[in-house]
Amino acid sequence: MIRSLGIVLTLIGVAFLFFSLFQVYETPLELNESASYYAANTAEETGSANLVSAIVVTYRGLDTLGEVTILFLTSSIISYLLKTKKEGSLRRFRESSELLKTASALLLPFIILLGVFIFVHGHLSPGGGFQGGAVLASALVLLLVTDPLYAVQSRLLSLIESSSGFLYVLLGLSGLLFAGGFLDNRVLPTGRVGELFSAGLIPLIYILIGLKVGTELSNLLSVFHSVQGHELKEDEGGMR
Amino acid sequence: MGSGFLLILIGLWGILTRTHIIHIIVSFSVVDTGVHLIMVAAGYLHLRTAPILSEGLTASDAPALVVDPLPQALVLTAIVIGLGVTALMLAFALRIHEKNDTLEIKNIERLRW
Repeated sequence: MIRSLGIVLTLIGVAFLFFSLFQVYETPLELNESASYYAANTAEETGSANLVSAIVVTYRGLDTLGEVTILFLTSSIISYLLKTKKEGSLRRFRESSELLKTASALLLPFIILLGVFIFVHGHLSPGGGFQGGAVLASALVLLLVTDPLYAVQSRLLSLIESSSGFLYVLLGLSGLLFAGGFLDNRVLPTGRVGELFSAGLIPLIYILIGLKVGTELSNLLSVFHSVQGHELKEDEGGMR
Repeated sequence: MGSGFLLILIGLWGILTRTHIIHIIVSFSVVDTGVHLIMVAAGYLHLRTAPILSEGLTASDAPALVVDPLPQALVLTAIVIGLGVTALMLAFALRIHEKNDTLEIKNIERLRW
């Protein structure tokens, strides 16, 4: 009783706070100083058509490096937590249907192509490394749904992941040597805004981020998937 | 922006009242989404377009035509962090399930309040 009263009071309090915030908020009519700086100078300074990408990769590149590190940490912590002790677990499930098999074989290359397209064009169109990486990982979801016994090559995934992370930091350091500072993208010529080969290091970094995020998410997926197989074994005869 | 605040409230209610761990994790994701909505809404300016330059939108007139790109970049970061946190919570939930054979907080002595 007291507990539910407390919950209601908390919610009303938070709602009141939010409401007062919402009341005083006015939609600005002009961009603020930093935003208009980004809008006016991004194209000239970085050569990137997508302002968000330029901010993510260059102006706030350190944030993104930290973000990728957090994702890496998450993936390694989860691999550690969910390490299955018994190998070769016994699983029982229905064979997937012919329809699902054919459709996934047909769709997989296109999904991977879409993912690669999204992160290669990160500096020109909406999207970028993280989104492309998520699309890549969704290809693995389809693969695992179709064939639950599919053996994910986690060795290869970790190799791609760590080498792209390493290259990302190296590219950042090269900015320190050949351009203005850490993660400066003007190591390569910025080119003309709107072309594929432009924006200096941004496409390269986004490709690396895309590979890294894609392999990290795939690793996470395969870890969760292997745990599921393990549990199916424990209550014997679990069907999927 | 109002809907973002509403989502946070719904999520908070879920976190406080639900007793199933998966429900609580979903509530956390709802709060997360609400925060993202508010952040994107804070960068929105009326009748402006996405911050991507193209033939119709050159750098010189961009400041008068695009929305604030900074909150969008921050939300991109926030989404990825949120994904990591959710995955971590799910992993812990799996571990709890393995230890206690249940995800209902009421049935787990050590997690009661």
